[in-house]
Amino acid sequence: MLQRDYTTSQLDVLEAEAIHIMREVAAEFERPCLLFSGGKDSIVMLRIAEKAFWPAPIPFPLMHVDTGHNFPEVIEFRDRRAVELNARLVVASVQASIDSGRVAEETGRRASRNRLQTTTLLDAIEEHEFDAVFGGARRDEEKARAKERVFSFRDDFGQWDPKNQRPELWNLYNSKIRKGEHIRVFPLSNWTELDIWDYIRREGIEIPSIYFAHTRSVFERDGMLLPDDEVVQRDEDEPLFEAVVRYRTVGDVTCTGAVVSNAVTVEQIIEEIAVTRLTERGATRADDRASEAAMEDRKKEGYF
Amino acid sequence: MDILRFATAGSVDDGKSTLIGRLLFDSKAIFEDQLEAVERTSRDRGTEYTDLSLLTDGLRAEREQGITIDVAYRYFATPKRKFIIADTPGHIQYTRNMVTGASTADLAIILIDARKGVLEQSRRHAFLTTLLRVPHLVLAVNKMDLVDYAEERFEEIREEFTAFASKLNAADLTFIPISALHGDNVVSRSENMPWYHGTSLLHHLENVHIASDRNLVDVRFPVQYVIRPHNATSQELHDYRGYAGQVAGGVLKPGDEVTHLPSGLNTRIAAIDTFDGPVEEAFPPMSVTLRLEDDIDISRGDLICRPNNQPSVAQELDAMVCWMADSVKLQPRSKLIIKHTTRTARALVRDLQYRLDVNTLHRDEAATSLGLNEIGRVSLRITQPLFVDDYSRNRLTGGFILIDEATNGTVGAGMIVDAR
Ligand SMILES: Nc1nc2c(ncn2[C@@H]2O[C@H](COP(=O)(O)OP(=O)(O)O)[C@@H](O)[C@H]2O)c(=O)[nH]1
Ligand SMILES: [Mg+2]
Repeated sequence: MLQRDYTTSQLDVLEAEAIHIMREVAAEFERPCLLFSGGKDSIVMLRIAEKAFWPAPIPFPLMHVDTGHNFPEVIEFRDRRAVELNARLVVASVQASIDSGRVAEETGRRASRNRLQTTTLLDAIEEHEFDAVFGGARRDEEKARAKERVFSFRDDFGQWDPKNQRPELWNLYNSKIRKGEHIRVFPLSNWTELDIWDYIRREGIEIPSIYFAHTRSVFERDGMLLPDDEVVQRDEDEPLFEAVVRYRTVGDVTCTGAVVSNAVTVEQIIEEIAVTRLTERGATRADDRASEAAMEDRKKEGYF
Repeated sequence: MDILRFATAGSVDDGKSTLIGRLLFDSKAIFEDQLEAVERTSRDRGTEYTDLSLLTDGLRAEREQGITIDVAYRYFATPKRKFIIADTPGHIQYTRNMVTGASTADLAIILIDARKGVLEQSRRHAFLTTLLRVPHLVLAVNKMDLVDYAEERFEEIREEFTAFASKLNAADLTFIPISALHGDNVVSRSENMPWYHGTSLLHHLENVHIASDRNLVDVRFPVQYVIRPHNATSQELHDYRGYAGQVAGGVLKPGDEVTHLPSGLNTRIAAIDTFDGPVEEAFPPMSVTLRLEDDIDISRGDLICRPNNQPSVAQELDAMVCWMADSVKLQPRSKLIIKHTTRTARALVRDLQYRLDVNTLHRDEAATSLGLNEIGRVSLRITQPLFVDDYSRNRLTGGFILIDEATNGTVGAGMIVDAR
C-alpha cells in the first residue's frame, strides 16, 4: 500500500473516506443506526464500521427493513453476522405494518412490497428516534442518486428535497438537524459496483450464497428471471425452467431478477462485471424500470 | 490504481455533456440500458441525435428545463486510474455548485468553444478553480472541427488565456485542442491536428502527477473520535485509548514527538493503529488511530502536530467566503456556526472588507453584504480557537463551512487567507 511517492490505491482512498464519514456520524449524532439488508453494499458498509471503531465494538445498532419476502439465505446471513459482531439488530417488519393497517398490501401479478418499505422504515426511525441512518447506496447506481449528498437531509416527514440540498464541501459534513428530522448517510457514495467487488475480494469478506452461480427454478418476465417462490405470482404463460443463475443485487424476491451466470468465485464475478453491458439495477430491478424518474420519486417519499 | 477527482466547467453549449458522455462511453462506463433510456428520451422529445447530456442531468426538473442544476458525480475507470467527475453547471447563478465541485477536485477542465474564444464565464471558471486551489487546470479548446482544426485559432486562445491566468497565479495549466463530438484528442491523438504535439485529454488525465499535491510536510491530525472500548474482560482493551482521525497533512510515524493543541503539551506517538494492524507511517488521506505515550486529556476537535511546525491558533481570521444561501445574506454582525476540521464553534462576522466581482475581479469595498453566489473577503471572530493554516497551504485545515443557526442550512464556504 505504501509507495515512496505516497500514492494511495483507489480502495484505500475510498475506505479512508468511508471510515471518516462513519466516525463523523458517531461523534455528532446521538442515535445513529446502520441499515443492514445482507446485501453486498451493506456488508461492505458493515466491514467499514467494524474498522472505524476497532478495537471498540460498533457503537450503533443495525436495522433491517424486512419485507417478509426475502431470500432465506440472506436472512440467515444477516442474523449470523449480527451475532458475530455482537451488534444489536433491529428488525422493522413490513408484515407488521400491513397487519396494523399502516399500509395496504398491493394486489395483482406485479404486487410487490417494495414501496411499502418506506412507511415501515420511517415508522421505525421515528419509534427508535434515530437521527442518522447509514445506507449503502452508491451514486453510480442510478441518476437521481448521482446528485445525492453524503449527508442527505430528511425533513420530519422523512422526505428528500432534491432541489434544496445542502452544499457539501471538502470533507466537512453538516450534521445540524432539529428534533424529528434525520440525516441519511451514504459512506459508499463514491464507490462503483466494481469497487465493491474488488473490496470484497481484497478483504476476503463473506457474502450470501445467492451472489454465486447456482441452479434455480425460474421464469422469465420482461427479460428478467424471477424465482419460483410462493410470494411471486406467476401466470400460465410464464413457464418455469431450471437455470444456472446468480444475483447481482439482493432485494425483494418479488422484484429482484437473477442473471444467467457461471461465476462461482468472487474473481469470476469481477471478470463478469468487467465485461457486462447492463447496470445492476437495469438488469435486475423491476422497481426501477417503472418510469424515467421512478427512483427520484420514491426517494422523495423517504425510500432508501 | 489511484483516484483522480476532476471537475468540469464550461458555459452552456460549450460541449461539456458531450465530452463527459464521450469519456464515459469510450471507457465503457455507460451501459446499454442507460444508453437505451437516453435514446428513448431523446426520441420522445424529437431530438434527432442522442442527447448524452441526459445521462448526467438526473433530476426531473433538470431534464424538463434542459439544464444542469446541481453537481452530479460520475465515475469511470481505465486500467490506470479511477476517475470521479464532478459535473458542475456553468451559469453564474450556480457558482456555489461549481465551488462545491472544485473543493475536492485534483484537476479542473474548463471548456472553451473555439469559435467564441475566451469569454467572461471562462475567466470566472478559471478564477473559481484558482480560488479553490484546484492544483491542475486543463483548458480544453473544443469544437476545433468548426474552425477547420486551425492552429492559429488555438494559439490565439492560448495566448489570451495565458495572459489572464498569470494575473491569477493559476495552477499547472495545460491546453488541449479537442472536438468532443468527433473525438479528436479526447482519447487518442487526432490526425486532424498534426501541429499539436501534446497528449490526448484522457492520456493527460491518466498521467498527471497528483500524489505530491497533498501537503506531506506539515503534520496535521485533527482528532475526530476517541476510541475507548471499556472492555471489562481484557486488561489491554480496558486501558485502550486511541485518537481516531483522518490525516490532514504531513507524515506521522511511531516514535515521533508531537504536540497536542490546545494544551501545547508534548508527547510521542506510541503506535498508529488500524483494524488491519499497526502501520509504520500515516499520511493523507489515511484514516487511522493514534496511541500516545503520555496520558493527556484529548477530545474531538483537538489537533496533533509537530512541536516545531504548528498551525495558527486563531480566534480572529480573514477568509474568502462564497455565500450559498438565498434566504439570508452575510452582513457585518451576522452570527453563524462554523465547522472547521473536526471543530464546531460560533462565528461573528466582524467586517466585510470587499465583495469581489467574479467576472472582472473588481473589489467593491463599499459593499455591505454578500448574497447568493457572491464572494468576498470577510473578517470573523470565533468563540473558540481554531487550529488553522492558510488555505493555499492546506485545503483541509484552511477550509471551513458556515451554517445558519436558524435554518441549519449550509450557507457559506470559506478559505482562510490570514489568521491571528
Ligand atoms: N461541431 C461540434 N459540435 C459539438 C462539439 N461538442 C459539442 N458539440 C455540440 O454542441 C451542442 C452543445 O453540446 P453539450 O454537450 O450539450 O454542451 P453543454 O451545454 O456544455 O453540456 C450540441 O449540439 C453538441 O452536439 C464539437 O466538438 N464539435
Ligand atoms: Mg450540459
